[in-house]
Amino acid sequence: MSTLIETRNLKKAFGDHVVLNGISQHIEKGEKVVIIGPSGSGKSTFLRCLNLLEEPTSGDVIFEGKKINAPKVNIDAIRQRMGMVFQQFNLFPMKTVRQNITLAPVKLKKMTQDEADVKAEELLKRIGLPDKADAYPGELSGGQQQRIAIARALAMNPDMMLFDEPTSALDPEMVGEVLAIMKELAEDGMTMAVVTHEMGFAREVGSRVLFIDQGIVAEENTPDEFFGDPQNPRLKDFLSKVL
Amino acid sequence: MNWLSTVGEAFYNAWVPEKRYLAYLSGLRMTLLISFFAVLIGILIGVLIAVVRVSSRHSKSPVIKVLNQVARLYVTVIRGTPMIVQILIIYNLIFTSPSTNPVIVGAVCCGINSGAYVAEIIRAGIESIPIGQMEAGRSLGLSYHTTMSTIILPQAIRNILPALGNEFISLIKETSVISIIAVNDLTKMAGYVGSRTWDVIPPYVIAALFYLAMTLGLSKALGTVEKRMAKGQRK
Ligand SMILES: Nc1ncnc2c1ncn2[C@@H]1O[C@H](COP(=O)(O)OP(=O)(O)O)[C@@H](O)[C@H]1O
Ligand SMILES: [Mg+2]
Repeated sequence: MSTLIETRNLKKAFGDHVVLNGISQHIEKGEKVVIIGPSGSGKSTFLRCLNLLEEPTSGDVIFEGKKINAPKVNIDAIRQRMGMVFQQFNLFPMKTVRQNITLAPVKLKKMTQDEADVKAEELLKRIGLPDKADAYPGELSGGQQQRIAIARALAMNPDMMLFDEPTSALDPEMVGEVLAIMKELAEDGMTMAVVTHEMGFAREVGSRVLFIDQGIVAEENTPDEFFGDPQNPRLKDFLSKVL
Repeated sequence: MNWLSTVGEAFYNAWVPEKRYLAYLSGLRMTLLISFFAVLIGILIGVLIAVVRVSSRHSKSPVIKVLNQVARLYVTVIRGTPMIVQILIIYNLIFTSPSTNPVIVGAVCCGINSGAYVAEIIRAGIESIPIGQMEAGRSLGLSYHTTMSTIILPQAIRNILPALGNEFISLIKETSVISIIAVNDLTKMAGYVGSRTWDVIPPYVIAALFYLAMTLGLSKALGTVEKRMAKGQRK
C-alpha cells in the first residue's frame, strides 16, 4: 500500500487557542481511518486541515507526496480528488438533486452535462433514491439529504472521502441508511477518513481508529485492539461513556 | 361647506393659474431623473464596496485590506451623518461652478449616499448565507469565485432584492433634500409655487401626492418582480 495523504507535525491554533498540537499521520490508499474523541477536541479541525478548509498554523499536509499547504499549490485541483461530507449536509437549496450532483463535474469540465446526468442517475440508484433527481433538498428527509451529499461528492470520482460526523444531525431512524452507504463505499475500496460517534461503524468498517484528545492523537490502533484493550486512561474513560 | 370651497380654491390656485402645474411637472421630471441616476450610481458604488468588503474576509492581499478600510470608513461616515450635511459638503466641495448640470449634482450627491446603504444590503445578503454553502462548494474543488457566483449569490439575491427595493423607495423620497441646493426638483418647485400664491400648504400637499404616487408605484412594481422571482425558483 502507498500513502495517499500525510500530515507532518500538524499544528493548528485559533488565536491563542491551540487545537491541534502536532499530529503526524499517514493514510494509506484504501484505508478507512475512523477518528473519535471528545467534543471540541479538534476532530473536525484535523479533518478540515486535510483539504485545507482550515489552514494549518504549522506543519505539512502532503497529498501523494506533494506538500499542499504551500503558496503555489492549486488547492482546487487537490480538493477535486477529496470529497467531503458535512454534518449539516450543506446541499445547495436552490438547486435540484440532479443539479446538486452534476454542478461541480460540469463546472470543472470533468464531464459534459449529459455525462454528468448519467452519472447522477447511477449514483442516485446506488444510494437508493432514483426517483428524487428533480426534488429540491428542502423536500427531503435528513437521511435522504445526507445520502445525496455523499452522491454529490462521489460525482467527482474522488480518490478519498472525508466524513465529518455525517450522522450526528440525523434522527436516529435515519442513521442506518447513511451508514449503510458509507459501508458499501468502504467495501468498494474507497480511502476514507471518518469522524463519528458511531462506535459500531468504527469497529466494523475502520481499518484503524484514532483517539484525538488534547490536541494530539492520544491512541491509535486496529479496531479490535482499540476497543478491546485501550491503553490511554482518557480513552478508557471516553469509551466507558460512549459504549 | 364653506371651508370646502376655500380649500378647493387654494388648491386650484396652487395648480391652474399661470400654468403652475407645469412647475410641478418639471420638478417631477427633475426628481425622477435624479432618482434614476442616483440609483445607478448607488448600485455602482454599492456593488464595488460590497465586493471589497466581502472579499476582504477571504483575501490576504494587502491592497484589498487597505481598500476594505477605505470602504468601511465610507460606509461609517455616510451612515453616521445626516444626508443634508453630506449634500452641502459635496455640493460646495465639487460643484462650485454655477454651470453644473443640476441632474448630475443631485444624482451624484444622492448616489454617494445611497451607495453606502446598497453596499451594506448586499454585504448582509451575502453574509446571511450559511458558511457551509461556501465550504461545500470549495470542498468539491470549485474556486471561490465560481462558488460565489453559482451558489452564494443566487441565494443572496433573494434577500438582497427586497431590501434594495426599499432602499430605492426611500431614495426617491430623500432626493427632496437636494432642494436646499440649487436644484429645481419637485419639492423646490412646490416651494416656488407657494411663494407665488402666498399659501405654501397646497403646493406641498400636491408634491406629497406626487411622491406618494412614485413610491407606491415603485413598491407595487417591485412586489410584482419579487412574486415572479419566487415563482421561478422554489424553496
Ligand atoms: N473557526 C474557528 N475559530 C475559532 N475557534 C474554532 C474554530 N473552529 C473550531 N474552533 C475551536 O477549536 C476547537 C476544536 O473544534 P473542532 O475541531 O470543531 O472540535 P470537534 O470536531 O472535535 O468537536 C473547539 O474548541 C472550537 O471551539
Ligand atoms: Mg466536529
